Amino acid sequence: MKQIVSIWRTFMAALREIFDEAAYARFLTRAGTASSSEAYAAFRREFDEAKVRRPKCC
Amino acid sequence: MNKTLKILGWGTVALLGAVAVGTVAVRRGEPINALWLVVAAACCYAVGYRFYSRFIAVKILALDGLRATPAERLENGRDFLVTNKWVVFGHHFAAIAGPGPLVGPVLAAQFGYLPGTMWILAGAVFAGCVQDFVILLFSVRRDGKSLTEMAKSEIGRVGGFVAYLAVIAILIILLGVAALIVVNALKASPWGTFTIAMTMPIALLMGVYLRRIRPGKVLEVSALGFVLVLAAIWGGQYVSQNAALARVFTFSAPTLAILIMVYGFAASALPVWLLLAPRDYLSTFVKLGTIALLAVGIVALHPTLHMLALTRFVDGTGPVFAGKIFPFAFITIACGAISGFHALISSGTTPKLIARETETRMVGYGAMMAESAVAVMAIIAACVVQPGIYFAINSPAGIVGQAPAVAAATISSWGFPVTAADMQALAHAVGEQTLYNRTGGAPAFAVGMAHIFSHSLGGDTLMALWYHFAIMFEALFILTILDAGTRVARFMVQDALGHVYKPLGRTSWYPSILATSALIVAAWGYFLWQGVRDPLGGINSLWPLFGISNQLLATVALCVATTIIIKIHRARYAAVTLVPLAWLVAVTFTASWHKLFDPNPRVGFLAQAQVLAAGPVTKDTAQLIFNNRLDAGVTGILVVMVTLILIESGRQWLGILRGTREARVKESPFVRTRLVEERG
Repeated sequence: MKQIVSIWRTFMAALREIFDEAAYARFLTRAGTASSSEAYAAFRREFDEAKVRRPKCC
Repeated sequence: MNKTLKILGWGTVALLGAVAVGTVAVRRGEPINALWLVVAAACCYAVGYRFYSRFIAVKILALDGLRATPAERLENGRDFLVTNKWVVFGHHFAAIAGPGPLVGPVLAAQFGYLPGTMWILAGAVFAGCVQDFVILLFSVRRDGKSLTEMAKSEIGRVGGFVAYLAVIAILIILLGVAALIVVNALKASPWGTFTIAMTMPIALLMGVYLRRIRPGKVLEVSALGFVLVLAAIWGGQYVSQNAALARVFTFSAPTLAILIMVYGFAASALPVWLLLAPRDYLSTFVKLGTIALLAVGIVALHPTLHMLALTRFVDGTGPVFAGKIFPFAFITIACGAISGFHALISSGTTPKLIARETETRMVGYGAMMAESAVAVMAIIAACVVQPGIYFAINSPAGIVGQAPAVAAATISSWGFPVTAADMQALAHAVGEQTLYNRTGGAPAFAVGMAHIFSHSLGGDTLMALWYHFAIMFEALFILTILDAGTRVARFMVQDALGHVYKPLGRTSWYPSILATSALIVAAWGYFLWQGVRDPLGGINSLWPLFGISNQLLATVALCVATTIIIKIHRARYAAVTLVPLAWLVAVTFTASWHKLFDPNPRVGFLAQAQVLAAGPVTKDTAQLIFNNRLDAGVTGILVVMVTLILIESGRQWLGILRGTREARVKESPFVRTRLVEERG
């Protein structure tokens, strides 16, 4: 049972990383703020500049 | 006892793999079950990962779990971040798996299922996975440096310059050919076009939801977006059945091409959060879900392959694209076997997330194996349909004829029986007016996927929905590649132009954004337009050009890898990258030679230009002549560039081996990790 929970947690962590939820959580921790429209807008301004430079394969 | 059990276990896996590969290889004349391909692939990957990647990790790269990675040393909570290895694996896989492993194998299925399957398995285990693994590790040891930076520092300025130009060239050709696949899938298809059109307002809605309603809840909004996309697919059938609405969403190929170019420009110049980011999330959500669904579907339903192991078209007369099995099968399938583009990702985001050097094996080698498995699934999807239907969908009108009866008769005369009534019934079943001449691979893959799923879930009544689900899935993530690729290329051009005139390098300066976006869209748009106007369907010219440029980029990556391996005094093991390099040089240079100088006008660009010039020259033919000469020029330039990097690398290798050059690697200095102590 423990292993199943662990696999599920890792799976969800991977999804959160792929979908940038983890990056947003780190941003909130770094900025010391709670989630809000303004915080998310600030996160996107900072994050998108780097993200759009990343190539995606064919 | 434990060791004996291990030997027995791995011996069984190897034996099972040998039997499966043998069955796939020698079976002739009767249909084969897809499960043989699945077992062969699973066993090859297992043995390759356990033994070959371990050999590379221990003997050549000497992975050091005590050496701190850039994620640890330079951790900043943004780019550099210590991350769980499975999370990095998922991230890396999501970045490398695009439409390539789906489209290439479908096109190469014209040779039969055997050549593609064998190349995917051998290519991945001995070349593609190795490239991704070693480039990832070398980038980790250089603070996450990119391929072009490594080429510059390890091989020389020529290496860096060639790598840069190769990346730009491959991006432009890739975007042109990707757009062409979407055009061919959506032309005269109101259902498909409606579904894709609906993804724009859905993405906008997702963007607003993310900003205003539930900030940052991306997984939640992606699931919501997915439900809305399913509703759009469902609604598409009513659009296609309503004459007035169907007219609104029915476009010719040239009109769709123009719309896609406008979209590409807007996507490159607009704020990211508004449209791009939500579409990217939606596309990733659909991509990962569909790949998982397809894997489960193939294993659970294990369909029968109707395509022959080897078709008569190994002689180079194939209708899908012209050219003999060697070298064209090996440039048609790049992603899934070896793709130079992966080297950009292995030296991009991924090395900055790796917590320990030892994890590069699982992430680099392992994720490429997963992509290779996707390519095997694509082969299966293409080969489950009757060969006559496969060729009717994938053959251009210029080869089989415009009229359904003529096309069916031509294809039947090749030994692949199909009737106009069969094709009409299939088109009706999937909710389309016609499925003839839908070159590009996406519709054939969609028919195969619909065929697999409709046999278990919903039967023939859901065939049309499955087909349009597959079309939506492919078009959605090809369009995502298109907008992301346009932006990446735009940034690269801005970086370069910034050296000439500083403001042009500023990514926030709107005149520069508009000018460079227009430049990039015009470049790939030209290839797209060329493909749309090509009487041979465009894919015949553009996919080989894309394959050649992608494999030439892999050649650059393997040159960098071999140079570093020789520099770290592992020359006796250099064959690990040198053999795939030699193979790729043989494949790409032979393919380039054929595309340039083959006297068959269906193969050689210059021969086709000559044939067209010999006839009456109209405005259209003059354009075709120019296009063929342009394609020849691009091929020639790519070959010259890679020849330069090969010469430069060869000089490095010989100099180091003779002792006339210093074997100095540009690695970051060793710093002991603190993660081991922290973990106890």
